[in-house]
Amino acid sequence: MAASVGRICKTALLKSPHVPTIKQVCSLSTSTREWTRGRKAFLGTIGMLAGGTGALLFALDRSVRASDLELHPPEHVWSHTGLFSSLDHASVRRGYEVYKQVCAACHSMRFIAYRNLVGVSHTEEEAKAEAEEQMITDGPDDQGNMYKRPGKLSDYFPSPYPNEEAARAANNGAYPPDLSYIVSARHGGEDYIFALLTGYCDAPAGVVLREGQYFNPYFPGGAISMAQALYNEAMEYSDGTPATASQLAKDVSTFLKWTAEPEHDDRKKMLIKSIGIFTFLIVLTYYVKRVKFAPLKTRKIEYRPKEK
Amino acid sequence: MGLNETVYNLIFKRTSTMTLACIASAFFFERTFDLVTESFFEKYNEGKLWKHIKDKYQQ
Repeated sequence: MAASVGRICKTALLKSPHVPTIKQVCSLSTSTREWTRGRKAFLGTIGMLAGGTGALLFALDRSVRASDLELHPPEHVWSHTGLFSSLDHASVRRGYEVYKQVCAACHSMRFIAYRNLVGVSHTEEEAKAEAEEQMITDGPDDQGNMYKRPGKLSDYFPSPYPNEEAARAANNGAYPPDLSYIVSARHGGEDYIFALLTGYCDAPAGVVLREGQYFNPYFPGGAISMAQALYNEAMEYSDGTPATASQLAKDVSTFLKWTAEPEHDDRKKMLIKSIGIFTFLIVLTYYVKRVKFAPLKTRKIEYRPKEK
Repeated sequence: MGLNETVYNLIFKRTSTMTLACIASAFFFERTFDLVTESFFEKYNEGKLWKHIKDKYQQ
């Protein structure tokens, strides 16, 4: 390798490279010479054209977005909105009750197990009791048959339908989506869930709904196959919180936020830690840089061209 | 003998004591740092975390 490079470059490698004279060095600098008028005008025009084109493209894009026939959910201030704010775990607990009594009739939640509730919204005994209420299909046994048994902590939440086809057949062809990660999966997150659950209204004139469809402006297209599920006093909370429709929607949205991001609290705690550590490290790096550069910055370099 | 000199002679002069000092200080630093940040997090989210509400559900 080295030999072939040497053969190609020959003696050029041995010679010292061309060093510019002091005059050439001065002419390389931009600070010594002003731009010419023509050049200024040319660059100014190019800049304005580029900026104008960008603004036009942005405006065109916005106008396209405004024509969407869907209502974007308003942004609410949740108790977990904010850099350091954790989830409200009392709300998560109430949201689990709403999920269990209302949503779970049609929606599955296949990626959350009863053990996940321990230390988040339920004690271990309560989570065990919750699991034992459900009959889980297990098996096969000695004869090769599946059988039912009470749930254990390690079981995932049971699905209301055995498969997607059964779910579609039972719901007029519409598939109730799995709710485990629904907050991350929908534009607008928990704001969307809350707006959707509380946003049912009568269809405006001109909107045709088929059999088994309902109107919800927050749902893309407006026609949704899920009927309004949350009403005032639709259920009762075990902790005595007044069960208004918006309270139910807020709690179940918080619960779904937790199922979609179980690491939410740890992540925010980690942010506090990284801010602390990196502040320290940045200060340290800056100090070390100053120390290392002090002799370089304070020394004087003088260039004397060779006298001829 | 000043403090800096004492510390240098006792700890930083030898690689073995330097390594030991690094490990020991890392241990104590992390313990205190975790304690401080977590207590800030719990203070900031007073009443919202599971540890604040679990007494209501435990016998």
